[in-house]
Amino acid sequence: MLITQLKDKEKLTSLLKGKVFIINCHGCKEVYFPEEDAKAFESELEKAGKVTGVITTDYICNLENLKARLEVHKKEIEAADAVLVFSCGVGVQTVAEYLENKRVYAACDTLHLPGSQGVTPLEFECGHCGECYLNMTGGICPIVACSKGLVNGQCGGAKNGKCEVCPDMECGWERITKRLQKLGKMENYKNPTQLRDYSTFLETKECKES
Amino acid sequence: MKITDEFKNGKFVVTAEVGPPKGIHLEETVEEAKKYLSGLTAVNITDCQSSVMRLGSLATCKVLKDAGLNPIYQLTCRDRNRIALQSDLLSAAMFGIDNVLALTGDYTTLGDNPQAKPVFDLDSVSLLHTMGVLEGGHDLAGNELVGEAPSFCKGAVVSPCSDSVDAQLAKMERKVAAGAQFFQTQAVFDSEKYIKFYEEAKKFGVPIQLGIIIPKNAGMVKFLNANIAGISVPQAMIDELAADKEKAKAGITGVEICARIIKECRPYCQGVHIMSMGWESKIPGLLEQAGIK
Ligand code: SF4
Ligand code: SF4
Repeated sequence: MLITQLKDKEKLTSLLKGKVFIINCHGCKEVYFPEEDAKAFESELEKAGKVTGVITTDYICNLENLKARLEVHKKEIEAADAVLVFSCGVGVQTVAEYLENKRVYAACDTLHLPGSQGVTPLEFECGHCGECYLNMTGGICPIVACSKGLVNGQCGGAKNGKCEVCPDMECGWERITKRLQKLGKMENYKNPTQLRDYSTFLETKECKES
Repeated sequence: MKITDEFKNGKFVVTAEVGPPKGIHLEETVEEAKKYLSGLTAVNITDCQSSVMRLGSLATCKVLKDAGLNPIYQLTCRDRNRIALQSDLLSAAMFGIDNVLALTGDYTTLGDNPQAKPVFDLDSVSLLHTMGVLEGGHDLAGNELVGEAPSFCKGAVVSPCSDSVDAQLAKMERKVAAGAQFFQTQAVFDSEKYIKFYEEAKKFGVPIQLGIIIPKNAGMVKFLNANIAGISVPQAMIDELAADKEKAKAGITGVEICARIIKECRPYCQGVHIMSMGWESKIPGLLEQAGIK
């Protein structure tokens, strides 16, 4: 199971320089979507005249479904400088891959919850790291796409674009770098040093609080 | 002694590498190091290189330091979480070992204990950052250290001839921002590629030591080409090594090649780091041929 939680509003606002297109995913029921928080934040954006369009749908992690849903909103998406996705990490990655020339941002962090996950057919994975890095990595998950789960860039092991751990696998940070170059966002590398916070795993948090 | 002091003095800094043995006797290692490496600015001690379990880097640093050498403590994030890494950094500082080379580390499955749990709680960038935090008198969680804070000379690595050179440069910049004060490079065989990299990297304003491996024969460099990330050996060099097998075997060709690379790259680096892989004895001759000291 997993749970999503709205990211820090100030951090989100600083990402959203221009206009945005919003995608809400109310898909699988094992994901606890922060509906109230999301609504409040979205209406703030709307009041500020920043929103070109909104869709609320389900299973955006299913690429065919996503394509069909976005088809009718093409113009609104084009008019936006970025797409803001309220979903788990898988949904955001699916959108980022499909709209690969668009800046796609995650509005939520995805945390792990004890229990099994639903049986959604997935092209992407989310490691439920609790602090979604997709906004820094052009929508490619460094936790899953990099064998070492590195969050500060490529290790010295990539050869011919492949990962040192498994030569059949593309190096996640090579993919991230290419994506950032394409999006004109190489300045993301200038973000402060990232340290993962393993205490965000919900079991541990609950244990600590009880 | 911090090797950054030497860079500041404008010295062309030469370092080499010692790999601890897979056992508890260091006598031979110390003898070899004293014989061939004592004239160098410093000597890196590898940390279970290639994920092969060996005697510890920190312990070896201490022994070599006591024997009069200046160690650079290589520290990887592969086997230890942030509690152990910070603790080991304090231990190093207590021993007066102040040169630390921060590495992410190879993946566990590449070594001789592939069943091991890969850690990677931190990485090379956050490890550099950690040293800076400790220097400020705190640990990563913000808890205060007791008494004098440690002070490190913080080093890192970069792969100039990598096919992912953009990603490498971007990461290098992150390392500088996290506190890296000097860089050692992956082995360079292609001066042109290196110089192109340097033209980009020089803007970071941090000294770079050119990485050198003395090639033993054509088979070895072909292996490096095919299997080791960030290494690209030009065909002409492979032919050169293959042309006279006896000359290559005696180390003459390898030393000639390396001396040439060093000369070509010397205006574009602030030192060299020699990974001799058992050929420590060739180092003094190589430095002479390359016109260093
Ligand atoms: S960075 Fe990856 S693992 Fe973490 S929440 Fe985002 S998609 Fe999930
Ligand atoms: S080669 Fe790339 S994907 Fe593999 S561990 Fe290194 S950075 Fe991660």
